[in-house]
Amino acid sequence: MALNARTIDETEYFYGHKACAGCGGSLAVRIALKVLGQNAVAVLPAGCMSAVGFNFPQLCFGNNAIISTFAGTASMLTGIEAGLRAQGITDFHAVGFAGDGGTADIGLQALSGAIDRNDDILYICYDNEAYMNTGIQKSSLTPFGARTTTTPAGKNIRGNLRPKKNMFEIVAAHGIPYAATASVGYINDFIRKVEKAKQIRGTKYIHILAPCPTGWGIKTDETVEAAKEVVDCGLWYLAEYENGSFTLNHRPKEFSGVEEYLRKQSRFRHLTDEDIKIIEKSRDAKWEFINKNFN
Amino acid sequence: MKPFLREKIPSGFDEIPETTSYEAGYLVTKNAGWRNVRPVIDTQKCVGCLNCYLYCPDGVISRRDGKVEIDYDFCKGCGICKKICRPGAIEMEAEK
Repeated sequence: MALNARTIDETEYFYGHKACAGCGGSLAVRIALKVLGQNAVAVLPAGCMSAVGFNFPQLCFGNNAIISTFAGTASMLTGIEAGLRAQGITDFHAVGFAGDGGTADIGLQALSGAIDRNDDILYICYDNEAYMNTGIQKSSLTPFGARTTTTPAGKNIRGNLRPKKNMFEIVAAHGIPYAATASVGYINDFIRKVEKAKQIRGTKYIHILAPCPTGWGIKTDETVEAAKEVVDCGLWYLAEYENGSFTLNHRPKEFSGVEEYLRKQSRFRHLTDEDIKIIEKSRDAKWEFINKNFN
Repeated sequence: MKPFLREKIPSGFDEIPETTSYEAGYLVTKNAGWRNVRPVIDTQKCVGCLNCYLYCPDGVISRRDGKVEIDYDFCKGCGICKKICRPGAIEMEAEK
């Protein structure tokens, strides 16, 4: 039976943490752990969630959790899975929570290796679209046009020049048993995907978009709205990859305004109308691909 | 059940672990001081849809008797609960 607000584990496994008010990443971690339960063993590399969760003696994880090296989230998951299996323990879930930088830049080779070995782990990337923990530097998952401290908006160059790396399809290209995209704006969809991943043996990857009020320049109460709007305007999508094929889970009847979504965030405030047209064009190209290749 | 506030704050050398492992869910400080506004639930208007419980990044809203209640020790006052509440049962009030 699908979990919902009434049937999900009432225990809080990520509590009292020091994340900024309205943090999307902490919402993703909290919900994922509620689905996985107390036998989840969490691995967190350097990033917001380890910085806010382990300030000794304030230890905010209610289950087993450990900080890994920045690049080694997936390797440590592999080790934990093998170690517990060697001890004859079977009732557990090794789960990693890495940010966009820790996944798409620094931890990519370890993740690729784990998928190649098909280790029985769940890797969750909470994507807030920059290195937020260290003060908003560009990662390879920062979208085109976004202002960060390493891609400032000036007269000649207006924010990030490169598009967002397509992590979901990179992971899927390994032939992984299960991969999915999600958004904290559609939390029931995320719950369903974590629940599904929990049942599958082998490597699982979930990429959840988690807005950061501090880095995006939105109000603390707009996190969930922004995460919903980015899906509704077509700049992000909810999909799954399984048995070699892609499935789209949510098709907006009509896209809401890209400009409206962008203008609310101070990281995009400098964009010109032409820049917004470029973003709309790339969205349309992406959806053309989705319509052609996804079920 | 959730991680909860402890009275004992480990501080002496004999209380600090030699390795990096320690008890899970050991909390020693509140987050209440971060807040300028606090969410207040009108239980008459609350329909028990639990959306606020589901979407709270800090997990401070819990289910109780078909409705919800807020742990003000750890609420940071972000206001997500107010925005997500369809019947409009949550209001943000200024902290005095």
